[in-house]
Amino acid sequence: MFYRENGQFKTTYQADQAMLPIAQDRAFMVAVLLVAFVAVPLLADEYLFRAILIPFLILALAALGLNLLVGYCGQISLGTGGFMMVGAYAAYNLALRVPDLNMLVVFILAGLITTVVGMLFGIPSLRIKGLYLAVATLAAQFFLDWLFSRVKWFTHDSSSGSVSAPDLVVFGFKWDAPVEKYLFVLSTVVLFTLIARNLTRSHIGRSWMATRDMDVAAEIIGIRPVYAKLTAFAVSSFFIGIAGALWAFVHLGSWEPLAFDVNRSFSLLFMVIIGGLGSLLGAFLGAAFIVILPLLLNQLPHWLGIPVSTATAAHFESMIFGALIIFFLIVEPHGLARLWAIAKEKLRLWPFPH
Amino acid sequence: MGSFIEVVLGGLMAGVLYSLVALGFVLIYKASGVFNFSQGAMVLLAALAFARFSEVMPMPVAFLLAATMMVALAFAVEWLVLRRLVNQDGIVLFLATFGITYFIEGLGPQLFGDNIYRIDLGMPKEPKIILENMFEGGLLINLEDLIAAVVAGLLVAFLALFFQKTATGRALRAVADDHQAAQSVGIPLNRIWVIVWSVSGFVALVAGMIWGSKLGVQFSLVLIALKAIPVVILGGFTSIPGAIVGGLIIGVGEKIAEVYLGPIIGGGIENWFAYMLALVFLLVRPEGLFGERHIDRV
Repeated sequence: MFYRENGQFKTTYQADQAMLPIAQDRAFMVAVLLVAFVAVPLLADEYLFRAILIPFLILALAALGLNLLVGYCGQISLGTGGFMMVGAYAAYNLALRVPDLNMLVVFILAGLITTVVGMLFGIPSLRIKGLYLAVATLAAQFFLDWLFSRVKWFTHDSSSGSVSAPDLVVFGFKWDAPVEKYLFVLSTVVLFTLIARNLTRSHIGRSWMATRDMDVAAEIIGIRPVYAKLTAFAVSSFFIGIAGALWAFVHLGSWEPLAFDVNRSFSLLFMVIIGGLGSLLGAFLGAAFIVILPLLLNQLPHWLGIPVSTATAAHFESMIFGALIIFFLIVEPHGLARLWAIAKEKLRLWPFPH
Repeated sequence: MGSFIEVVLGGLMAGVLYSLVALGFVLIYKASGVFNFSQGAMVLLAALAFARFSEVMPMPVAFLLAATMMVALAFAVEWLVLRRLVNQDGIVLFLATFGITYFIEGLGPQLFGDNIYRIDLGMPKEPKIILENMFEGGLLINLEDLIAAVVAGLLVAFLALFFQKTATGRALRAVADDHQAAQSVGIPLNRIWVIVWSVSGFVALVAGMIWGSKLGVQFSLVLIALKAIPVVILGGFTSIPGAIVGGLIIGVGEKIAEVYLGPIIGGGIENWFAYMLALVFLLVRPEGLFGERHIDRV
């Protein structure tokens, strides 16, 4: 009844191509942004920022980048953790070795370095397809794992192998308190979501989707597969590199390569698929699911008042997590974002069933 | 020369052990198009079950019980997961096997405990020196590895016979060729899936026993799945001989790199070397050494 586009006439081409063509959607988006930028900083406590909101936002950014590659261009990658690691260590080395560099420049350069590495490991995608490629990208993960734990130059000869990020000073202001860090991350994520949204609507995004749907057909209608696949790898790696730098600098503070191991790659792929392939909203929903679920499962026996040993709790956590992944894949193989789309469709017809 | 041959021999035997795990991947991929990531977890579960059962009962009984459990697992997977995900994309099925992996990784230690358990198959542990008259100092080989290699060879021969000579084997190959066509001539897909998952559960049990007796049964056994994955892509997802040859190439390549390349660029390269090797092979032959050549049509 309320969610209708009836009577909203478009009189210009610009209005027709608007990002959110329905007025109710625009209102909803404004409300979401207001909650995120105003209400949450006022209401949330430190635990919420540290344990949930900041990791959620950063992982959502990484999932967004991965979704561009997997969901839009159809190239499955299991090297995401490795690329995040590149972003983190690139930012660390830039901040360390070029002391006067602006932090924003550090992040962007870290993203660009990750882009180069990502494109390098994307080259096999021109020849290898599907699951073979997915497994081949594991090579990137394990190689980068090894590189950053063995080559001392990257960790500045740190004896324990763990490195610490310098303070986050941007625009002469030290973003130190959890709420400040949250706002910093949130602004970055909003900016990159906008970029991603526009990229996927542009000719680049279309060439990715054509490649995903059928690469031979795409090639025949004049899309260069080299160009489409490598730009997808490049853009995706840029996003992931920035996310990696944020994860290290804002969330972790000090870290070692283990923070970006192969499990990180897997969990990011879960986010993208459980959230919904080829959907920007899906990246956020998937990230929320994967960040919050383990915390919930962890607290569950505590709330139910069942005394269990930590080992048992860990085993059941793993079992329930596995079962839930299967459950969601069976119920909605197109991801949580699809549920949202269905809900919107129902809303438009409400109160009628058809 | 002697030491080089020793390195190669060691690599070959390690390679056979990788092949054993890779075989499980290939069997399931061939018959259902699922890249089964949970193969490593299945190895862990089977090894844990065997280790704990053999503490209280004679070994053959324990073996039978563990094998029965893997068959039960196959039924559960078919009934709870595969049946409900028919006709989904490969990537969704791949992810579902991740779910299975997490489930088994919780279930196994919960049922059987999470300490390190020993499996003693009564294999001789001490290395043996052979061909002393041909090379100076002879060749040092590990009898345990040799027995494992023989067992793996027997298993492969058995599987090859099963696939080529029995009616079930023919049905399996038909399903691998074309699901729909197989179904239309009356082959029950669901039963076929139960059979392949059972067979690969059995392969996991054998792999788990051999790896378990070498390394001890512990949680890190699941990581050998990651070791076997490059073997599978190198050999081709759909080829049983590919799994064997791929395993041998990776085993030898890894050992040679470890011994001759390792000291130059720093140790610890075994984690990624197999993947890089597989990647280089794939650049030349994108469908793996023995994989089916894929022709794309619009």
